[in-house]
Amino acid sequence: MHSTISRRDALLATGFGGLLMPASLSHAQPARPTEIKVGVVTILSGPASVFGVPGRNAAEMLFEEINRAGGIGGVPVRAIFVDEGPGVEHTLGEIRRLVQNERVDLLLSSISSGSCLACTPVAEELKKPVLLWDCGTQRIFEERSYEYAFRTQANATPEVLAPLLYTLKRKPNLRSVAVINQDYAWGRDSWEIWKTGMDALRPGVRVAAELFPRFNSTDFSTEITRLLALRPEVIFTTSWGGELDTFIKQAAERRLFERSTLVMPLAESSLERVGHALPPGHFIGARGDHWHLHPNPADPAKLRGFVENYRRRFNAWPIYPTHHMYQAISAMRTAYAKALETTGGAWPSDAQLARAFHGLEFDSLTSRIKIRPDGQGLEPQLIGTTVRSGDLPFPVMNDMVIYPPELITAPVGQKSVDWLKTLTPDFLNRAPG
Amino acid sequence: MNSRTEAFLAALLALAVLAAASTTPWLVFVLTLALAKGIAVLGILLLLRAGQVSFGHALFVAFSAYTVAFLAPKLGDATLLLPIGALFAGVLGLLVGLFVVRYREIFFGMLNLALSMVFYSLLEKLYTITKGTDGIRVPAATFLGRTLDRHGYEWALLLTALALAILCAVFARFYLASPMGQALSGIKTREARLEFMGVSARRVLLSAYVISAVMAGMSGALIAMTSRHVTPHLGYWTASGELVFIAILGGAGGVIGPFLGAIVFELVRVYAAASFADAWQLILGVVLLLVILFARGGLWGMVLKLCGRRA
Repeated sequence: MHSTISRRDALLATGFGGLLMPASLSHAQPARPTEIKVGVVTILSGPASVFGVPGRNAAEMLFEEINRAGGIGGVPVRAIFVDEGPGVEHTLGEIRRLVQNERVDLLLSSISSGSCLACTPVAEELKKPVLLWDCGTQRIFEERSYEYAFRTQANATPEVLAPLLYTLKRKPNLRSVAVINQDYAWGRDSWEIWKTGMDALRPGVRVAAELFPRFNSTDFSTEITRLLALRPEVIFTTSWGGELDTFIKQAAERRLFERSTLVMPLAESSLERVGHALPPGHFIGARGDHWHLHPNPADPAKLRGFVENYRRRFNAWPIYPTHHMYQAISAMRTAYAKALETTGGAWPSDAQLARAFHGLEFDSLTSRIKIRPDGQGLEPQLIGTTVRSGDLPFPVMNDMVIYPPELITAPVGQKSVDWLKTLTPDFLNRAPG
Repeated sequence: MNSRTEAFLAALLALAVLAAASTTPWLVFVLTLALAKGIAVLGILLLLRAGQVSFGHALFVAFSAYTVAFLAPKLGDATLLLPIGALFAGVLGLLVGLFVVRYREIFFGMLNLALSMVFYSLLEKLYTITKGTDGIRVPAATFLGRTLDRHGYEWALLLTALALAILCAVFARFYLASPMGQALSGIKTREARLEFMGVSARRVLLSAYVISAVMAGMSGALIAMTSRHVTPHLGYWTASGELVFIAILGGAGGVIGPFLGAIVFELVRVYAAASFADAWQLILGVVLLLVILFARGGLWGMVLKLCGRRA
């Protein structure tokens, strides 16, 4: 019996010994590392991988480009990708592994708002700079303040307010609106923002129907029937991915697009998949000023180069998560440059790197973004109307309007919904479009 | 296997957990979750003794986790939150149990599944209360009135989870050896005989069901305090399925099985995810398939075989 136990012991010991990875930590002015490790949290499995995989693709491409150009401050960068698809608990474990075991220098964290809400406080506790590279929830910086967390794009409020302004400008006599959103946090949040903004900017618009089909639905026939019967002038939907594709195709077959104008703030990411099933004359957005045919990009050659490289490499048009990834990586490069300047060339510590992000200004593919004191990025929003293009197999946008971020983002320290309530019809006159 | 050997193996496993956690800081979190899940799986194991598979025990995990999430801002001490979470889950277990213990096999499993999905939908739909799929942040709990730093907090939870795991395992061992536990096996072999002996099969199953709900409640409270963010996903059917999977992986033959299964499950998952961000589900699936195909008693069965051969 005794020998049995010692063998067990040995087995377990070797088993765990083999599994364990070394770990020790030291804090001081760090020496110049041999590489900059960046933990990239993105969705690689499940329905939202339609965003996560393009995001990862863009990161791979951009990191290669950075390394070909000599790295950041002469140090090559390496991305470690982790999947946030399995849910919050798994992602929280992965964040700890990235920071405590892989010892990443920086985290680019997450597409899902749930992951962002759960992971940002952990990164803060671990004192690791984290860039919220794609998640949209406005709750992050409105409910808490962070030293180490920054968002390199807009949030849900401007992303919904911009299409609302665009719609109200084009529908001066708007009487009725319906909503069909996925039944989860983003679907509910985005409708609350739209409804609050609409009630403030143009009181008296009737809500014909509030439809929240189950998340991951594949059949919208009941909802479409109701929308056809109710004939709202405008139908608002912030659905995305496979669900939006399915909804557009089913709605097109039932001719819903002929009766109502659809406002789809995330439809840019579905254009290539739905093709001309999406008819002309509907309002679409891209969670920012992300569009390969942007009317006046700051650096047209840069945007063109990115689009061409991405298409050559992945055989798909770059959609908004690739722009968001570009922004996070651009912010990272700019912040390192700024931090290196502050320290006079000594390699920055985590805290010094985090400080560099405060008030940072960096280039996006199309414009320039500034990080506010609360960590929120100020990003313009582009909204347009679908139109058939001659040479592309999917609709493009015309009548494009770019909304300046200062106008449509809730000011620092204010909760979005409270701020939206203070808007007056005069606000609409000040807005472009 | 005699109880001394089993106790020794349990101690060995506990030491391995502590050794792994102290050499690799990020594993503290993963192992705490694994032990918490192990406690819930132990509850499933009790029902498995009666031949009943619950595909809805994540209901009690999520119920307790949300209880903790709602109460934590007001009474933020772990020593209060843990028993309250377990108690609430136990009460819910009694209510649900009164209904589901009338059914057996597929009906039992499916009713559990259905009820857990009702709760999941409520968590998702009652958006103004539960914040929907984005979930609720749980503030850090205090331990006996003391506020701990991050490191101390994580270790305190790991040790609490370990202590609870040992307590629950010892309790389950005594329970299964008691007449009540023996009667559970009676339900599996032939229920009519139990009734002839004057033992109410429903009551036997109900008591096991409530105990399993309390264990799932402890697990949920620990998970809520560890991950400090609760989402409706905790109560989704895949979470229930995961518990049953761990039970199969670990083996239903002994009370160490659930913990062995949970630890291996979590470690395979994190290491597979670390090595292959794209294909880790495949690896996890292959490991489970191999165990099901070639080690029908689960990991614990393999341990028993190894010991038996040499004893």
